Amino acid sequence: MADTTFLDSTELVLNMGPQHPSTHGVLRVILKLDGEKVLGTECIIGYLHRGVEKIAENRTYAQFNPYVDRMDYVAAISNGLGYCLAVEKLLNVEVPARAQAIRVILTELNRIASHLLWLGTHALDIGAITPVFYCLREREEALKIFEKYCGARLTTHAFRIGGLLYETYDGFEQEIIDFCKMFLPHVDEYEELLTNNRIWVGRLKDVGILSGDECKEFGVTGPVLRAAGVKWDLRKAQPYSGYEKYDFEIPTRTNGDTYDRYIVRMEEMRQSVRIMEQAVAAIPEGPIMGKVGKVIKPPVGEAYVSIEAPKGELGYYAVSDGSTQPYRVRVRPPSFVNLQALDRMIRGGLVADVVAVIGTLDIVLGEIDR
Amino acid sequence: MAATPWESDLASEIRERFGEGISATSTYLGQNFIVARPDLAIPILEFLKLDCDFDYLVDLTAVDWPKRAERFDIVYILYSFSRNERVRLKIQIADGYKPETAVGVHLTANWLEREVYDMFGVEFAGHPDMRRILMPDEWEGFPLRKDYGILQQDQRWVRENLGIESGQ
Repeated sequence: MADTTFLDSTELVLNMGPQHPSTHGVLRVILKLDGEKVLGTECIIGYLHRGVEKIAENRTYAQFNPYVDRMDYVAAISNGLGYCLAVEKLLNVEVPARAQAIRVILTELNRIASHLLWLGTHALDIGAITPVFYCLREREEALKIFEKYCGARLTTHAFRIGGLLYETYDGFEQEIIDFCKMFLPHVDEYEELLTNNRIWVGRLKDVGILSGDECKEFGVTGPVLRAAGVKWDLRKAQPYSGYEKYDFEIPTRTNGDTYDRYIVRMEEMRQSVRIMEQAVAAIPEGPIMGKVGKVIKPPVGEAYVSIEAPKGELGYYAVSDGSTQPYRVRVRPPSFVNLQALDRMIRGGLVADVVAVIGTLDIVLGEIDR
Repeated sequence: MAATPWESDLASEIRERFGEGISATSTYLGQNFIVARPDLAIPILEFLKLDCDFDYLVDLTAVDWPKRAERFDIVYILYSFSRNERVRLKIQIADGYKPETAVGVHLTANWLEREVYDMFGVEFAGHPDMRRILMPDEWEGFPLRKDYGILQQDQRWVRENLGIESGQ
């Protein structure tokens, strides 16, 4: 110590998390710092590992359905949709049009709820306190609709293999229409608070840049990919659940920085409203459950099905050995894959930007650790 | 309904190029997959990426078949943005065989291979950082192997680190 002065720069290793409000759960990041500059990071994950894939092999197909909600718990409906689609693929059954429309409405509503939670907490991380109250206020309205529909607000278990268990309640359509009408001006309100806010722009512009090619190398999908200029959304590229029927845009930006990812997500919420408005205007009549037996027993085989979850490509690779229990269910979680790019995004940046970049990836640890 | 042969230009190109090393190019439920000899995995991934534009490794995972001589399936799920097409590559390996790492072709394979190692005990040769990723580093056993019970734990780890006799 005697030979060093305060002007000497030594590498400092700083531990962030697992108990830290801005790591959005139990993520531990080891930062190597030179002053305020980040030389490298290492992510330690697994604190929330519950062995979901192992549980799947020890439950029947239907019994495993509620477990998937506990992965990305802020977008449980997307998780459920992906799993149901994968098993339906294995069974090769058709889901009735009415069930598909209701699924789309609820999934898009969940996308809005997920993006709202992201926006609120991201703004909180950056230092803007107000938006989180606004965001949670509107998210509450979405959760109320979930609660009315299936009795649960967060881990909803809203869908069943083959379709839906519950018919919509009286006034469902009207409540969705009211939500859409109420919600759009609120998106403008958030943008008014943030989009041209000098501090917000200063903290986000040119921070954590990830180019389109880097995204592909790292397998990064979702809003992060779209903010880097790649116009790719599974709802358009490989439509499922009747998304091809709806008219909507894929918002993209070109810079691939934290600010662009914010703009993309804001625009995505508006597009979700558009999809919901179209879907609710034309919910077909008919059954809500496809031809699925009481005992779900897919033939021997395997399938990979993926959907556009709020965080990116959420995939299920299911292997059936012809019994009532899945032989293997592999979940391809967007957050896990996206988090791997954290090091690339933050290397050379400032320590304060780490918080911004973790926030902008929109990770959920329940999904990373499974 | 069983898997049917996959007839397309891509399939015949792969069969032509890798010959005997390809044991099947099939389609099931509209999804195409290739089954190949283990040492061909990386050349095929490279070929698919550089010549056929399959530039996105969606997922890399394993399936355990304990009764089979080649115990593990290693599954690579690939996607091409320009073709909007998916293909799966499967290799079958015996316990103890170390497949070559795919990190040199797709960076995303890094964590995915670590997870396969963590859960199945399949080591990837040449991987830059072959450690556990979700389980604790000192944990004994590989949870997603079929002979690993659902209630099974590394009792010693639980005792030493959690200070309790059993987590069950």
